[in-house]
Amino acid sequence: MGELAIRVQDLGKQYRLGAVTGGYRTLRDTLAEGAGQLVGRVPRPSRETIWALRHISFEVERGQVLGVIGRNGAGKSTLLKILSRITEPTEGEAEIHGRVGSLLEVGTGFHPELTGRENIYLNGAILGMKRTEIARKFDEIVEFAEVAQFIETPVKRYSSGMYLRLAFAVAAHLEPEILVVDEVLAVGDAEFQRKCLGKMSDVAQQGRTVLFVSHNMSAVLRLTQETLVLDRGGLVLRAPTPQAVDYYMTSGLAQTGERLWAEDDVPAGSGPFQPLALRVRDERGRIAERVACTEPFSIEFEYALSQEVTGLRTGLYLSTSRGEPVLTSFDTDDPRAFEQRLARPEGRYISRCRIPAHLLNEGLFVLGVNASSYRIRSYFTDEQALSFSVDGTGAPGSHWPEARGGPVRPALEWVIEEVQR
Amino acid sequence: MTTEALEQRPAAVPSIVIRPTRGWSALNLRELWRYRELIFFLTWRDVMVRYKQTMLGAAWAILKPFLTMVIFYFVFDRLASVPTDGYPGPIFYFSGLLPWVLFQEGVTKAGNSLVMGANLITKVYFPRLAIPLASVVSGTVDFALAFVVLLGMMAFYKLEVTARLLAVPLFVLMGLITALGVGLWLSAMNVTYRDVGHVTPFMVQAWMYASPIVYSANLITDPLVRSLYGLNPVVGVIQGFRWAILGGMTFPGALILESVLVSFVLLWSGAMYFRRMERSFADIV
Repeated sequence: MGELAIRVQDLGKQYRLGAVTGGYRTLRDTLAEGAGQLVGRVPRPSRETIWALRHISFEVERGQVLGVIGRNGAGKSTLLKILSRITEPTEGEAEIHGRVGSLLEVGTGFHPELTGRENIYLNGAILGMKRTEIARKFDEIVEFAEVAQFIETPVKRYSSGMYLRLAFAVAAHLEPEILVVDEVLAVGDAEFQRKCLGKMSDVAQQGRTVLFVSHNMSAVLRLTQETLVLDRGGLVLRAPTPQAVDYYMTSGLAQTGERLWAEDDVPAGSGPFQPLALRVRDERGRIAERVACTEPFSIEFEYALSQEVTGLRTGLYLSTSRGEPVLTSFDTDDPRAFEQRLARPEGRYISRCRIPAHLLNEGLFVLGVNASSYRIRSYFTDEQALSFSVDGTGAPGSHWPEARGGPVRPALEWVIEEVQR
Repeated sequence: MTTEALEQRPAAVPSIVIRPTRGWSALNLRELWRYRELIFFLTWRDVMVRYKQTMLGAAWAILKPFLTMVIFYFVFDRLASVPTDGYPGPIFYFSGLLPWVLFQEGVTKAGNSLVMGANLITKVYFPRLAIPLASVVSGTVDFALAFVVLLGMMAFYKLEVTARLLAVPLFVLMGLITALGVGLWLSAMNVTYRDVGHVTPFMVQAWMYASPIVYSANLITDPLVRSLYGLNPVVGVIQGFRWAILGGMTFPGALILESVLVSFVLLWSGAMYFRRMERSFADIV
């Protein structure tokens, strides 16, 4: 039994609903309420509250890298915010042994008008580094970010890629005893993501305690040995990561071949785009959670536009239950379709695509959806909207009972030739 | 290498317990001190950013009070002939404007600082006091630049340079304390009630006329009214500052004492209110 780094006991956080949806009180509200109470007529309005987190207890040993997974709204971010002292718990307590560095977002405190050099110092100080420490690591940070030529340029002139690289580079050189990381790897291009993951596993190998929240299952699998699964504010499972990921992918997300969105499920920023449903339909058009590998099936995404949207593309991300991407496809991938649907007027739509037979291997798959106007605005993304499984009965080679690796299992044409000597 | 080994010794590991706090909290100045480098960098950022992408740059720090002084001179001295205690109008106004601008900018910037810094508050932990504190302190750079002009004006008007000038830093400090006290109240209230953002400009404007900038405090002679007047802590700051610069005035001791007391009450109460509200900043802002 090693030393404890974190001990959390019966932790809970309650939010007032008004506060969660972002409304702030105006003085008028308070005055009106107060006046009402003085007169004794208006009863104090009962405030609706929700527990974002409740009855959470766990311990983390020094040097352990612990994953935290769960759906949006499961309480992951709230947990990290409490542990990094950004917000206070409503009940329970947490003991932290060691300095905590939190990485809830890269580039916190970056100022667009300041140069790369100035931002490194500012951001470093905000993340809790000493000035001497930043000076010592300065060259390393610049090199990691690959921005040496632009170090005296205001970061507002940086490309978004450079900006992210610099922001991550500063954060990655933070050396606290306990590192709390949330989704920071979900940014940048694939090449940079690999670099970030590499840096993260370096950190883990240096014997520091890491709490790692991510939607990226392959990153969680790669970086952590053990994982917490949160659901609706509660801790539902703590298990070795492969088990936890399987549990999460099968039970936490299991739907019935259909995912519906209510109006208030959708974040406020999605604007004119309102997702309605995502469905998997088998060959006969029935909504299905399980489709046959040997039959084609279709995936349909239903949505409404509250006003005309130009350049809209909606699409699918298909990945395995382990989070490895399989394919990405958009409804306007065909340039002619894009031209035809350049502006989509207000109304209700279904974008449907057909997945041919003999494409996917048996197993569990996860569908994500996205709606955006390329390079203009992203309206809505849900990377884990729906899961479905593929039945391998009758697939090529299924007369041998062994499992086949890989996400695809196409019926390939084989020719067997006998070579004459 | 050795330091790292040292840090890994359990004894060197700081431990904290996070649990809900209720009621009033202590100020925890020691923690604020530990974060002094962050306060420095936040101040430095405010200073660096203020005049970026302006043609005249830091000259604005001088031009703004100077042009205001010119306007005051024409309106209140030449047009309205408001008495200026026998001093030339320009230096009378300018010596009142410098501490006033320090206060005004400090209050306005600090009042908005938490809302502007929402991104920091919701993503990183540090003593929240650092944000309004840095906003107030960053005003001293503008003040120092304008002060050089004031010295030039003193030479121009052949004012005697006395040892009283040594008291200037004390009055600057008093001005900062007052600005911080008011700024803490406003910034913490602004997180919950955005009305503060609308009210502040009016409040500051009214406050300016309640302070002896375009007129002399000596116009108020009734002892009772005068002691009420002194409850405005800026009065003591400005009168003290003028006393140090202009020479020839009697030391406004009673006013200053009153102002010092009020400004410390403001600072203390502001800090307590701030600390009490602080724990919900990240949830509401």
